[in-house]
Parts: sequence; structure tokens; C-alpha cells
Amino acid sequence: MTLLLSENDQAMLAGEAGAATALAMRIVTGLAETMGANALLSIEGAHIDSCLFHGQSGIDFARRLTDGDAQVAVPTTLNVSSLDLLHPDLFKGPADEAAQSRELMSLYESMGCRPTWTCAPYQLEDRPSFGQHVAWAESNAIVFANSVLGARTHRYGDFIDISAAITGRAPAAGLHLDENRHGEVLFRLVGVSDALLDHDVLAPVLGYLVGSAAGDRIPVIDGLPPDVPEHRLKALGSAAASSGAVGLFHAVGITPEAPTLDAAFAERPPTTTIDVRPADLRAARDQLTTATVEDQRLGAVSLGTPHYSIAEFERVVELLAGRSINDGVKFFINTGRDLWHEVGLRGWGATLEAAGVQIVTDTCTYITPVMGDINGYALTDSAKWAHYAPGNLGIDAAFGSVDDCVESAVAGKLVRRNSLWDDR
Amino acid sequence: MTATIVVAGAAHGPVIVLDEPLSFWGGFSAESGVVTDEHHPQAGTSLAGAIVVMIGGRGSSSASSVLAEAVRLGTAPAAILMRRSDEILATGALVARELYDRTVAIALLDESSYREAMSADRATLTADGDLTFD
Repeated sequence: MTLLLSENDQAMLAGEAGAATALAMRIVTGLAETMGANALLSIEGAHIDSCLFHGQSGIDFARRLTDGDAQVAVPTTLNVSSLDLLHPDLFKGPADEAAQSRELMSLYESMGCRPTWTCAPYQLEDRPSFGQHVAWAESNAIVFANSVLGARTHRYGDFIDISAAITGRAPAAGLHLDENRHGEVLFRLVGVSDALLDHDVLAPVLGYLVGSAAGDRIPVIDGLPPDVPEHRLKALGSAAASSGAVGLFHAVGITPEAPTLDAAFAERPPTTTIDVRPADLRAARDQLTTATVEDQRLGAVSLGTPHYSIAEFERVVELLAGRSINDGVKFFINTGRDLWHEVGLRGWGATLEAAGVQIVTDTCTYITPVMGDINGYALTDSAKWAHYAPGNLGIDAAFGSVDDCVESAVAGKLVRRNSLWDDR
Repeated sequence: MTATIVVAGAAHGPVIVLDEPLSFWGGFSAESGVVTDEHHPQAGTSLAGAIVVMIGGRGSSSASSVLAEAVRLGTAPAAILMRRSDEILATGALVARELYDRTVAIALLDESSYREAMSADRATLTADGDLTFD
């Protein structure tokens, strides 16, 4: 298949809009060719993950763009970075790494990106609408945009995100196209209790199981209650995008491209059907705990991966019910700076901080050294955090519901309600 | 045999087969070139300079950055051979070539070549996609 470029695409590639735009266009067209695209399409927004520091190469690329005076052509938000600019003292890493991280952030701001510093741009006010083409990076944001909003983005990574934002173009391929958005693997919930179906804790565990089994195929989930709130779909998608390469899922009767089972599969039969029973969910849940909880002490709790929403903050305030976190436990909640402002306006910010909660904005506890020394393992309600934190931070993790996390933090030891997971 | 080139490059080296897809972010250290994902069967294995064979990529958007950084530091695999294309890894390889004039070759294998690759000790890949095992 040959890639046919518009006149404007060709002009950008030829350097008529400057060297930086030409570089960005080489990356976009290079990727379009590897994807077998026959054209590019216009995007209406972008979300950039490249602003998170991983080494000098990130700065080298951003400088190449800014040296050519690159500016984004579409509204563009920025993902988390390595630094919490609202709570700078939290950073415990080397000073030169902080300086490099800050430099990378500034380079992206100078290209006209909004300094939103959140992994959950779909929790901001102006989010993409159904059918809109965007170029989003950050695996949890991608899966939310495609699945829950019905917007269209392929699974973009670092560099292509900003290249698409500068050119306003993306490959007409992958998840942008109707023919690549139908379901492939059917997951049927069987024998799961109503109590678990109605609890926040199901979504991350189910997502983790689904991602492992689906790999890069598009999963369809049948059997969830129709009124699943957004924060659960966020937890489900982010977990599936951690254990697998899932960029889109359908939940029958819930997500916009899956009003019915047939619609989710575009009238085709599933390639595979997998029944998910309570025993399967218990096994997936147990994979998320690397700590030997019987022998180790609880040192920390981390919530908000992806960044906590208003509904999730409300639940934590409710569960705390005026109690304080135990002195022996560090308690972190990650969120975006815009959300944190909103939490403050509702009067919960002061309540949480008075109870001993450390808020982390602009970044996340598992990607950068902000937690300090942890005496024991860390408990989380996030499958994504439980999956990545042990490798990233060299600590043991345990998984529990948000209820378990709050009760354990108050008690100073692990309190988990396991009966939820019993067979119906 | 012939591999389908995703990002061209000549490579030869020892074959390392990954039993599960690897996320280069959170699962691989660009400083050392070693698999760091504790959940991964090949945890602790160095991929530097190797012909890495895996079914496909997985997860994180940041894998592009980690792969480019590994190319910069000289810890990247020489080539990654997969059954399924992975745009996030391809982007990292494309950008590394722009920045440093060298890269990790990325190519796709059909089922029979993939099976053969899984039992090979060493492999040579040309920029045109000619692939030989020994």
C-alpha cells in the first residue's frame, strides 16, 4: 500500500513550514508507512506523554523541535512529568535529574502545550467528543478516549504524540478506522456476586485479567451493570493497558460503540470467548500482590493511578469519616492540579490534609521518587500501580479496594474484606 | 528467509526469545539493557546487542522513549523481531535514527519464521529484510 500525501503534507515534509515541522512530518509519515496507512488524517487535539523525563534522548528530541520554533497546531494537553511543581519538596531524587525533568517540561510548554500535567486529560473540562480524531499518548488515556468517549486515537507513544500535534496529522490507520474498532475477544462474567459487580474493586482486577488474556486484541466485556460510573471504566481500561496492549475495549450496554453484543462485534463472531468466574478474578487479584502481607508491615498507601477523580475523592472523604491516618503509614493520593483545585473548592482538600493525606499533583508516586523511605510494603487500589511499582521503585506492593486502603491506613495494618470475592 | 521490515537496519547477534511481550518502559532498564519486570519470565536477562524475538509489544506509551534512550546509551537490542507490529516501538526506533544516526532494527516474522527464530542461537538481519539463523 502506498502512502498518498496531500499537497500540504508534502509541503511540510519538504521543509516549507520549517525544519522542526519537517522532522515531525518524517516521524508521522514514517509511522504511517509502518502501519500500512494510505493517507494521513487531520486531528483535533493531542495529549503528550513525551514530557515525562526518561533520559537525555527526550531532551535531544524536544530541543530539535524547539530549535526549529515548532508550535502545536491543535489544542494539546500534557501528561504527568517527574516533578510535582505544587509540592516541589517531595522530590527525593538527584538534583540534576530534577533539573533535566524541569527543562523537558519547559520545552513542551514553549511549544504551546497546556501545562495540565495529568495522565487523565479526560477528567478536564474540554475533552474529545464522540467520533473526533485525536492523537493521544499515555496508555490509560488512549483506552479511555477510545472506549468511553468514543473518540478515535491509535495507541500512540512518545515522540509521535508531539509530531502529530505539530503537524495536525496522524496516520489514517489502526484505531482511527471503523474496520479496526470491532470487538475480537468476548469476556462473559459468570457467577460474580452482585456485591462485587457493584463495587469499585472489580474494575481494576477485571481489567488486569482482560488485558492479560486479550493481549493486543479488542476485548468485549458482557455482564457489567449498565450504570458503571466513569472512574470504574478508567480503572478497568488502565489495568487492561498495563497487563496487555489494549487501546480500546467495549462493555456491552455501557460504552458508546457497544449498545448491543452484535454491535460491539460489528456482527462478526468473537474469535475467542472467555468465561470469567470468581476463581479467575481471585487469581488475577492475587497476582497484584507481591508483598508477603503476613510477614511484612504496611508502610504506605497510594491511591490515584490514574489521577483521582472528584467521585473518588468524595469516596475517600466518606470512608475516612473524620478519622486520621495511622502515624506509621504514609498515605498518598495522586491527582491533576485542576482536579486538586476543584477538591479544594469543595472543602475536601483541607480535610484530607488534616487527616494526614499527602497529595501529589503533576506526577505520580510510581514514576518518580516522592514517597521517600517506606518501612514495609505499599497498598494500592490501582492495578496499574501494583503492576509497575515493584519494578520501578523496588518495593513490594499489595492490592486492595479503596475501602481496604482507607481502613488499613487508619488501623496501621492490613484490613481486607475478602468475602466480596466469594462465588455467588 | 525474509522478514518484513518495519524500521530498517542491519543486525547480527545472539537470539534472545522473550516468552511474553515486554513493555520497555517499566520492564527494561535503558541504563543497563536488562529486563527489570519482575513479572516477566526473562527478568534479569540483558538484551543489549541481541536479536530479540517476541510475539508483540505491550502497554506503555513511554516505551518509545526508553527504546530511543537505550539506542543513545548503546544498550538497545540490535533488532526486535515480532509476529505483530508495535507502533510504539517503531516510533522509538524512528526517532533514534533521526537523533543519533543509528537505531534498533524492527521487523515482522511470519508464523514459520517465528517458530524457527525461537530455536535459533544467532541471527543476521540485513537492511533489506534477509534473515538467516545459525
